[in-house]
Amino acid sequence: MAELATTRAYLAQAPAQRSWRRLRRDPVALGSAATLVLVVVFAFLGPVVRPVDPDVLDLARQLAPSTLAQPLGTDESGRDVLVRLMLGGRISLMVGLFAVLVSVSVGTLVGALAGFYGGWLAGLLMRVTDGILALPAFFLSVLTLTFFGPGLVPLVLVIGLTSWMGLARLVRGEVLKFREEQYVEAARALGSHDSRVLFRHVLPQILPTLIVNASVGISTAILAESALSFLGLGIQPPSASWGNMLSGAQNYFYTAPRLALYPGVLILITVLATNLLGDAVRDATDPTD
Amino acid sequence: MLSPGYVARRVLHALVVLAVVAVVTFFIVRLAPGGPAALADPALRDAERAVIEARLGLNDPLPVQFLKFVGNAVRGDLGQSFLFGTPTTQVIASRLGNTLILAGAALTLTLLVAVPLGTLSGLRPHSWLDRLVSFISVVVLAVPVFWLGLILIIALAVLRPVLPAGGMYTTGMEGNLVDLLRHLLLPAVVLASASIAELLRYTRSSVRSAAKLDHVRTARAKGLPQRTVHVRHVLKNALIPVVTVIGLQLPRLVGGAAVTETIFAWPGMGRLSVEAALGRDYPLILGVTLVVAAAVVLFNLLIDLVYPLIDPRIRTDG
Repeated sequence: MAELATTRAYLAQAPAQRSWRRLRRDPVALGSAATLVLVVVFAFLGPVVRPVDPDVLDLARQLAPSTLAQPLGTDESGRDVLVRLMLGGRISLMVGLFAVLVSVSVGTLVGALAGFYGGWLAGLLMRVTDGILALPAFFLSVLTLTFFGPGLVPLVLVIGLTSWMGLARLVRGEVLKFREEQYVEAARALGSHDSRVLFRHVLPQILPTLIVNASVGISTAILAESALSFLGLGIQPPSASWGNMLSGAQNYFYTAPRLALYPGVLILITVLATNLLGDAVRDATDPTD
Repeated sequence: MLSPGYVARRVLHALVVLAVVAVVTFFIVRLAPGGPAALADPALRDAERAVIEARLGLNDPLPVQFLKFVGNAVRGDLGQSFLFGTPTTQVIASRLGNTLILAGAALTLTLLVAVPLGTLSGLRPHSWLDRLVSFISVVVLAVPVFWLGLILIIALAVLRPVLPAGGMYTTGMEGNLVDLLRHLLLPAVVLASASIAELLRYTRSSVRSAAKLDHVRTARAKGLPQRTVHVRHVLKNALIPVVTVIGLQLPRLVGGAAVTETIFAWPGMGRLSVEAALGRDYPLILGVTLVVAAAVVLFNLLIDLVYPLIDPRIRTDG
């Protein structure tokens, strides 16, 4: 018995270890991971190392160029650009992460229920999914934010709740596939409750699919946050986010085009690294090669 | 061939989706804290609010309100816009054409760039062209659309003024086609960028997997010229799923239009929705969302109906 368990553990672990080895040798994956670590350090430790008040207005130093004390200069209200980029990064990263938690939870739940039970429940859930998918997500976000107000929590909920549909379809397809497996049948025959079968035997199988999707979801969510905040519907000033900093920069094209450069470059780097890392993880966990 | 049963099923499906859209949008508005009357003016006193709520029929039971809302919407009555003071449908009608021009230009641009480039890279995987195209599309997918717009405006309209920074026409030149095209170029490129990158990646992988199929090897083995093999045996198979992805680009283009139109001051539906949102004009934003959703559903229905005509493997009977 003990021997069997060891063999089983080995078999279960081997593909994961192989993927991990592949990932560690992939220069793109390593570079992307390192970039993401740098961005997180910049956003979360930066303001600790550089304790400058991000909201203090210095009207004598509006749109000031770079100095030793303020390496990236000041914005239209004389606020320190560097520290606002750091704090804006916290917001953007947190919105990305929490929005994905929302969308992965809802998408997995809807997809798993529809795939596991089928019948009228699946019909209803998937029609609702199609309906929401037909609405351009952006308009749905604008509509919802109008009514539930701008701010961090509504923003996270809106981005999460408008981006779970693709995942729900994917999860449903996967659950349908695994539902018919013999070990699932065995678990049922042993009298396992539905929820146990679903959470212990079916859902762990689709975990790699979920992880890859979540990484793409984070970058989509960061882009959505920046667009909504840019339009004035997301994070509200004086709080900084990369999106609303770009919105402020819009009026100073002629005098300070650099203000439009920094937040955009940070978004680009973060999203690019997330996407590339997601692609690398998918390639590394692909069982077909 | 299209069987009547297939057409009926697709149309029914589209109607169900539209119904879901109506329910979702309706309940988002009704569940808003304070209700629709508070949105118009949060400073209203209770008595005033009661008057407005009675006038808008907000005291009826929810199902009754919903049926009234659907009945009015079907008859083309989406209420009065708070901001403009005219019927919502009129405001939308004056902007719809402009968005169609922009989205149409972006879609054309997407097809013209993505399909040929994607096909070429798919036929020659790992060539320098393939590597370059893949690299550019990965980067483009990571760029925020509005930031690309800002950078292009700074580069081509501010620092080196070769193109207009925004608007649809130069004042006094309304209706001039050349002037319109000059104004259209930057927003269309910005709007198309993400779609180009996505469709390109998709076309490439579709062509690559179609080129590996057995019948392609057979065609090559029997000595057909390379060109004939590519056009008759690879592309014919590869481009069918591409049509579906083109259908999926529409919501993305319409959604992206909201941001693009705002940056380039393009007087379309997207900018209208942002104006309506910032002005808390709920009949207008509800109307815009419904019209946009209906357009997307209609376009997807069209794709569904065209699909069996180009792919005889799709069974439309039974």
